[in-house]
Amino acid sequence: MSDQPAPSLYAAREPIFPRRVSGPFRNLKWVILVVTLGIYYITPWLRWDRGPELPDQAVLVDLAGRRFFFFWIEIWPHEFYFVAGLLIMAGLGLFLFTSALGRVWCGYACPQTVWTDLFILVERWIEGDRNARLRLHRQKKLDARKIRLRLTKWAIWLFIGLATGGAWVFYFADAPTLLRDLVTGQAHPVAYTTMIILTLTTFIFGGFAREQICIYACPWPRIQAAMMDEDTLTVGYREWRGEPRGKHRKAEGADQLGDCIDCMACVNVCPVGIDIRDGQQMACITCALCIDACDEIMDKIGKPRGLIDYLALSDETRERAGQDPRSAWRHIFRPRVILYTALWSLVGIGLVFALFIRPEIEMTVAPVRNPQFVTLSDGSVRNTYDVRLLNKHGDPRPFRITLAGHNALRVQLEGTPYETVDVPANETYLQRVYVIAPPGSAPADTERTDFRFWVEDLSNGDRAYSDTLFNGREN
Amino acid sequence: MSDNKKDDDLDYETTGHEWDGIQEYNKPLPRWWLWTFYATIVWGVLYTIAYPAWPLVNSATAGILGYSTRAEVAEEIARVDEANAAINTRLASVELTEIAADPELQAYARNAGAAVYLSWCTQCHGSGAAGSSQEGWAAGYPNLLDDDWLWGGTIEDIHLTIRHGIRNENDPDARYSEMPAFGRDELLSEEEVAQVVNYVMSLSGEPQDASLVEAGAEVYDINCSACHGEDHQGDVFQGAPNLADAIWLYGGDYDDIYETVYHSRYGVMPSWQDRLSEAEIRAVASYVHGLGGGQATE
Repeated sequence: MSDQPAPSLYAAREPIFPRRVSGPFRNLKWVILVVTLGIYYITPWLRWDRGPELPDQAVLVDLAGRRFFFFWIEIWPHEFYFVAGLLIMAGLGLFLFTSALGRVWCGYACPQTVWTDLFILVERWIEGDRNARLRLHRQKKLDARKIRLRLTKWAIWLFIGLATGGAWVFYFADAPTLLRDLVTGQAHPVAYTTMIILTLTTFIFGGFAREQICIYACPWPRIQAAMMDEDTLTVGYREWRGEPRGKHRKAEGADQLGDCIDCMACVNVCPVGIDIRDGQQMACITCALCIDACDEIMDKIGKPRGLIDYLALSDETRERAGQDPRSAWRHIFRPRVILYTALWSLVGIGLVFALFIRPEIEMTVAPVRNPQFVTLSDGSVRNTYDVRLLNKHGDPRPFRITLAGHNALRVQLEGTPYETVDVPANETYLQRVYVIAPPGSAPADTERTDFRFWVEDLSNGDRAYSDTLFNGREN
Repeated sequence: MSDNKKDDDLDYETTGHEWDGIQEYNKPLPRWWLWTFYATIVWGVLYTIAYPAWPLVNSATAGILGYSTRAEVAEEIARVDEANAAINTRLASVELTEIAADPELQAYARNAGAAVYLSWCTQCHGSGAAGSSQEGWAAGYPNLLDDDWLWGGTIEDIHLTIRHGIRNENDPDARYSEMPAFGRDELLSEEEVAQVVNYVMSLSGEPQDASLVEAGAEVYDINCSACHGEDHQGDVFQGAPNLADAIWLYGGDYDDIYETVYHSRYGVMPSWQDRLSEAEIRAVASYVHGLGGGQATE
């Protein structure tokens, strides 16, 4: 042991400066970036006419009114199982894609990846490509140019963050109204708070935390191992073809070298700062940019593409044995993937079916049990029910309440001599309903009598029912 | 990341703790985490200065912002009162019959009335307003759900009953009914009481002893019909119950009715005009009127 203090285990983050790359996977990622961000930013501004008394925003989470509007679909709180179903589908979809294509979600569609990609793009526009950014980073002196570049970059990042947080709050209120309120300072404080938090998280996660979110914060890299097997397609390096690697192609013994010329192109483009040639590893989000980078080099040196490629674990043994690699489809069509697909489709079909048979009017009946019955002065027995009538239409509807099950029972509505009540548009209406059994009738003197409430929408004849009980005097 | 330092693991800094020769590496937190931790400590100190925090013997430090949860509740109540001031004024000033004609006012009155009811009325009438008709409930507390009213079931009648109460000394306008204690005060002989009880039972069902009914009718006409009416329908202006219906506030058995005629019954209800605001009284009147037995104003 020396007198030197022992070295610390603390390691600061190594900054990563991904180099620009072009190729089919990069193009695919650009397309996905534009499409996903486009959907995210534009959706709240789409309009959808639902009638005068309902909001005309195509996608709206109305927390105050407890409604979720999605184009022609309107979800009420008691229909939350649709959302649960969608979440189950999202979960199964993630299993499906992971078992077939590894961390394809991480590499292409995860918001962290998409926004980081956008932020790196901005960084490259302002500060230049990898080498220029490295120089700027290493330059100790804080001159006017460095300050200008940094401030410009952060300003654009902040603007993107603001747009991101802004778009989020537009999903929860009428977007044009909210935008006007936000600008004039009249919006609800919650809207501002949400926007500030999302602006800052976008700014920090996309600009500074980047791959650290994937490596340290996200649980998915830990879970994915359970979803993958030896046939899962993931980004890999054909070590058996590339090694031993070497730069000096004209030196002695160069004919013993593999195809890898150790140009570091795959490392330089990597957004998480790893070397894919070390094998598949937890930090890899399988964005496939190293494939594009390597293929470009292989084209230049006249070697076949695919030194770095989408591979499955089982390909290695086959290829080492000199056999042809199996096609991607052979990897994908296997029982596990088919099972996930079947389950996913099953839930999807179930949801669509449930959506189509969903009634436009509904009724729930809560018998008032305090007290169970009331004796009236003429000796008849009365029960009380709190009947909730759901009118999902965009206009008020006349609902008629009747009952079936026993001829002696009679319905009477609180506050009106009629059987019909007007239920306002898009509302749950509470109507107190009395059911009366005349003295001496069977239900009046029987402990329990089953009967059924019917509600009919008089404007189109839609009906709904609810079964309940009549409590009589116990003899 | 420090992948290439693995060979000399043992030289890394330790915490200095050692147990049976086993040492512990010092693995520092990420810096942002550490700084966040320090920031929370600073925040914590500032918070205890700004808000009530440190317990003293009889109280606690008040905090320089002067915040208190009690004051917040008081503010909240004041805010609600202020928000309801307009509708309360309207409720207290309109004609009673107009409440039902205004859906917004009626909805407010019934909601507010339900709250008033649960605070002040459930002790006697029960949370479901079924009064003595509930099992195990002492006799004498009227069921507010049925269509039988001692003092009338219109909104005005109910309002007056709640406002002034029944048979109490605090309110000169309280409703009074004085049925004589026919037996105890020797206005009727025990035989006559038995006769009239059998007669009253025969009005809405089976008498205990049918042979006494005829004699009871004569006793009734002389002593009872002035208040309960020749048609036995009672009189809401005097608080005289209907004797021909199916509802018995003090029980419909022979013994119950005998007790009523012999000793009479003097139910009481407090006057609420000094305890509740006019708007609250109207609200609870509207609530009770809407429980199923309310009668329309003629």
